[in-house]
Amino acid sequence: MAEIVIKNVAKSFGSFQALHSIDLTIRDQEFMVLLGASGCGKTTLLRIIAGLEQASQGEVWIGGRRVDTLPPRGRGIAMVFQNYAVFPHLTVFENIAFGLRMKKLPQAEIDRRVNRTAELMQIGQLLKRYSGQLSGGQRQRVAVARALAMEPDVILMDEPLSNLDALLRLEMRAELKGVLAESKTTTIYVTHDQVEAMSLADRISVMNAGRIVQAATPIEVYRNPATRFVGSFIGNPPMNFLPAAKNGSGKWRVAGVSFDGPDASRDILEFAIRPEDLDIGPGGLAATVRLVEPLGAHILLSCKVGGAPFRAVVDSELNVSPGDTLSLVPKPGRARWFDPETGAAI
Amino acid sequence: MTAVAGTDTARRVEVRSAGRFLFGAAVVVLCVWVLVPIYLLFVNTLSSPQEVSGFPKTGIPSFDFGSISFFLNFAGVLDALLNSIIVAVLTMILSIGIGAPAGYALSRFDFPGKEAFRLLVVMTRAFPLPLLALPLAVLFIRTGLDDTQIGLAIVHTVLALPFAVLITFSLFSGIPVELEEAAWTLGCNRWQAFRKVVLPLVLPGIVASAVFAFIISWNEVFAAAVLTIHNRTLTAFLVQNLNVSPLHLKFAGGAALVIPALIFIFAVRRYLFAMWGIANR
Repeated sequence: MAEIVIKNVAKSFGSFQALHSIDLTIRDQEFMVLLGASGCGKTTLLRIIAGLEQASQGEVWIGGRRVDTLPPRGRGIAMVFQNYAVFPHLTVFENIAFGLRMKKLPQAEIDRRVNRTAELMQIGQLLKRYSGQLSGGQRQRVAVARALAMEPDVILMDEPLSNLDALLRLEMRAELKGVLAESKTTTIYVTHDQVEAMSLADRISVMNAGRIVQAATPIEVYRNPATRFVGSFIGNPPMNFLPAAKNGSGKWRVAGVSFDGPDASRDILEFAIRPEDLDIGPGGLAATVRLVEPLGAHILLSCKVGGAPFRAVVDSELNVSPGDTLSLVPKPGRARWFDPETGAAI
Repeated sequence: MTAVAGTDTARRVEVRSAGRFLFGAAVVVLCVWVLVPIYLLFVNTLSSPQEVSGFPKTGIPSFDFGSISFFLNFAGVLDALLNSIIVAVLTMILSIGIGAPAGYALSRFDFPGKEAFRLLVVMTRAFPLPLLALPLAVLFIRTGLDDTQIGLAIVHTVLALPFAVLITFSLFSGIPVELEEAAWTLGCNRWQAFRKVVLPLVLPGIVASAVFAFIISWNEVFAAAVLTIHNRTLTAFLVQNLNVSPLHLKFAGGAALVIPALIFIFAVRRYLFAMWGIANR
């Protein structure tokens, strides 16, 4: 049982505030992804949980034990690094056995665990090799096997797939998900790749400028972004935003069209809609098509609505060419509204 | 159009071949500069004493060990040789013992004054030894370190230390810090991670920088000549006897000094290049 509780953790490097008062609870056996652009503090947070970095303030609890004063070896964690960190002077077998030998386990148990995890990561035939004789993907497998062999309470992964090529990344992603679900460990996984985050996570914590902006299931983060930042960061192509002016109680005027919206006290809001949540129909937003990009099943249209850039994904059976004007109607219940000053969802 | 381009190309080829000739000539001059004295040293060492002082020269060694045996049997040579080895080994131990931790600290930790420290390490070589020799000799006589092997080894350590620090700094910087961090997460404390992961990876380089420290001490003559009287090292001994000894003794002594240096430096040349790579930054 290893629930991770992070209480009021902050970190500054000199005058630079890398993390602002983070509170986060990761449930036992949960797969939590920390997602954010580079420099948002996600790796710093992971390293504080690992004990490789000292928090400026706050507490870290793992499995009911306060660990923030303990060194990494006392925290019951295992970590997979972005550049694999496979020991070059040891064979694959000795790499996987490294932590087990530090625990002074009997040789038979070491053999059993190394062989089992190597089998699991499909590197059983590489045990006698050195890291210099392995490909990037194989090194990554060794690094994961080494972490799994520790049978830790928590596995921490720092962008483990970002150094692999696209095809290998896809393959490893699916494999990791299976292996980690089976191992029943709590996992924290840092990435800047939203597709990776979506496909792996039980919950995603979206981070921006040293804060956790939203921590929720992938679908929740996608459908109901807590802030404008989350909406614009997640989704490809990103969410469309248009200014909305108050037009009576609960009525908002967006690019000349009146929509039902929230009953807010402000006069100006931001109207947001995902490109795939648009239908062609009467009485919608008048969009002038500028660019047509067929993607197979769908067409990506880059348009202008009231002078602002606007993207729509429509069915590829639609016959459309640049210069056409379409009427785009938001699917019911899919429009979102944000406060233009705070960026918070309304 | 094509004609112009043609002459242009021709000229470029000409310039390039001239450049190549200059480069080749420089290489030849440098090689001759270094190799001819060494060759003469060998020829004369491996010739009989009569041949060394005789004329005309053949230029080919006769592989007569007369000069060498004379040198080895010369009074005081073996003692001086032993002193040289002891002082060099002490220098090696001291400079790695002090230099490697400094190199590790420079590569792994950020501390105030780090850049100044790096500069100071190199600056120790900026003070000419003759300038320091007199005060040092006085200090050594006061503390009883004069004419001892450890006293000389301390001075040689000062000379070797900048290189030890720079070489080990570049060695440790070449080991990704993630390897150490991985070891920490796998159950090691700092020392265990260093011993099980970093040390095996840097050991060849550490040996190389130790050898380099050995050579610096082995070849050092000024401090040795000033600070020792009875416990002379080979270099100091030969300098002392330079005017009064026969030619073949000088050649044999020279060879005895040069050969270990040549062999060791050749063995560790790869690591010395690494050091200059860092030092030039």
